[in-house]
Amino acid sequence: MNKMNLNELTVKEAARKLQSKEISAVELTQAHLDRIKKVDGDVHAFLYVAEKEAIAQAEEADKIITDNISPLTGIPYAVKDNILVKGYQATAASKILENYKATYDATAIKRIKTSSPVMIGKTNLDEFAMGGSTENSPYGVTKNPYDLTRVSGGSSGGSAAAVAAGEALFAFGTDTGGSVRQPASFCGVVGLKPTYGRVSRYGLMAMGSSLDQLGVFARTVEDTAMVFQQVAGPDEYDTTTLPKPVPEYSTFLKDDVKGMKVGVPKEYFGEGMDPEVREIINNAIKKFEELGATVEEMSLPHAEYSLAAYYIIMPVEVSANLSRYDGVRYGLSIPGKSLEETYYNSRSDGFGKEAKRRIMIGTYASSAGYFDAYYKKAKLAQDLIRHDFNEAFKKYDILLTATAPTPAFKIGEKSADPLSMYLADIYTVGLNIAGVPGISVPAGITKAGLPVGLQIIAPHFKEENLFWAGHAFEQSLNLKLKPQLAE
Amino acid sequence: MSISIEEVDRIAKLSRLKFTDDEKQKLQSEMSDILGYVDQLKKIEGKIPSLDMSQQDGINLMRDDVVEITSEPEEFLHQAPGREGNYIKVKSVLE
Repeated sequence: MNKMNLNELTVKEAARKLQSKEISAVELTQAHLDRIKKVDGDVHAFLYVAEKEAIAQAEEADKIITDNISPLTGIPYAVKDNILVKGYQATAASKILENYKATYDATAIKRIKTSSPVMIGKTNLDEFAMGGSTENSPYGVTKNPYDLTRVSGGSSGGSAAAVAAGEALFAFGTDTGGSVRQPASFCGVVGLKPTYGRVSRYGLMAMGSSLDQLGVFARTVEDTAMVFQQVAGPDEYDTTTLPKPVPEYSTFLKDDVKGMKVGVPKEYFGEGMDPEVREIINNAIKKFEELGATVEEMSLPHAEYSLAAYYIIMPVEVSANLSRYDGVRYGLSIPGKSLEETYYNSRSDGFGKEAKRRIMIGTYASSAGYFDAYYKKAKLAQDLIRHDFNEAFKKYDILLTATAPTPAFKIGEKSADPLSMYLADIYTVGLNIAGVPGISVPAGITKAGLPVGLQIIAPHFKEENLFWAGHAFEQSLNLKLKPQLAE
Repeated sequence: MSISIEEVDRIAKLSRLKFTDDEKQKLQSEMSDILGYVDQLKKIEGKIPSLDMSQQDGINLMRDDVVEITSEPEEFLHQAPGREGNYIKVKSVLE
């Protein structure tokens, strides 16, 4: 078997080859490190490649692989650089944390490590996960593996591109307003945002704490479910995780959706939707009917307020969460004549434009005199939006929408206009506002060769519905997506 | 919706951020655009909240207040910009 093929395997296929000793974890890891060397100069998914450490981890994995070990043992994976992995850099793609090293493992990392996978590197993002294109990274943009003149999406663009480009078999990201699902859609991979409270945020650098969730990227729904199974569930270090039992997700992976009740919210098909995206999503919806689901158009009446509510609630939390970066305990410190001047110097030099913009908006919206006009209204909108979803899920098992209104856009196309960039999140933010889970599954490819993702939405704590619907759809579609990258 | 340069200054001070005059002007226009967009929330004025608590299920989760060592102090302290022994060194707060 040549090394090329090792970069196109799913986790499940790789696990089978590892367990049958057809390949070793060292070979698999080396194939991925080689691939990174060949293509990452163009794609720029990684901020740090853990070459030596990965080989050492793979050697350890080879010692313990037997045919009844976890399917994740020896599998190379990547981690967004705002998630803590003990001993490794954790910059959040910010200059303010340029030399920062994590002092503990995020709970998700701690849990995945019990299966001994191979951490191959830390991936690029928009600074502190603020953006939809990775153009807000001071370390350079991550390019779309399907078209290097286009963005990979964001903020978890590095993790999405790494999985798409054959540089890792799965990856972790974070999703506050669409930061896992939108880049998954742009890069033609699967991206999961779980229910708020289903997976621990401990060890994730906080952006909007009431919205942030850890997410998973993989090449198939089955792989995504397998990885998520390992990290889901309550954690005493994050009291917003709920003590609900985590079902065995593999038992929900079926080839049909007979009896499934599917809602299609009409508000998600308005103007601003690219015609090719509309066609691909309409075909996807038809596919669900063919597979035995009952499909009905329905309404989420307050959906139009999602983005506005998001752009108040999130910046208010950002302004509080980013106040910890002050040049005192860790990170960039530019001493001034007084303590206050040290704060000003370190923060003004350390934060990029978008981070500053959001701190300013959040400080404004939460300041005396404006709090009632903005924050309280946004919280009322949140309540109405959540209620819409709860009402819808009394009737439907899942809802279907496009993940993003367009395929991947050109690098530089939106970076001069923050508001147009924010609109790229229009279909994804509602889920974070309501706390419901969603998954983006590749649904087709445009004439120009750009992937388009279908967003599946489920009730709170019903991730199994996402895996059920996503797996059946993926199996019936049988898209063979693969970017053409020069090695 | 537009905000004044004086307001940009006031918010920058609360945020402990410095901006050049050019940056302030740009921020003034960008913040006005964004706040203009979120102004559509005015349309929900007077709507009655559903008080839908299903997401939280109405539980407060607590954990026992137990001291445990999660990391060695040195792992944190060596990343501090200034230190003296086991303390982080800062400029005086009151002058």
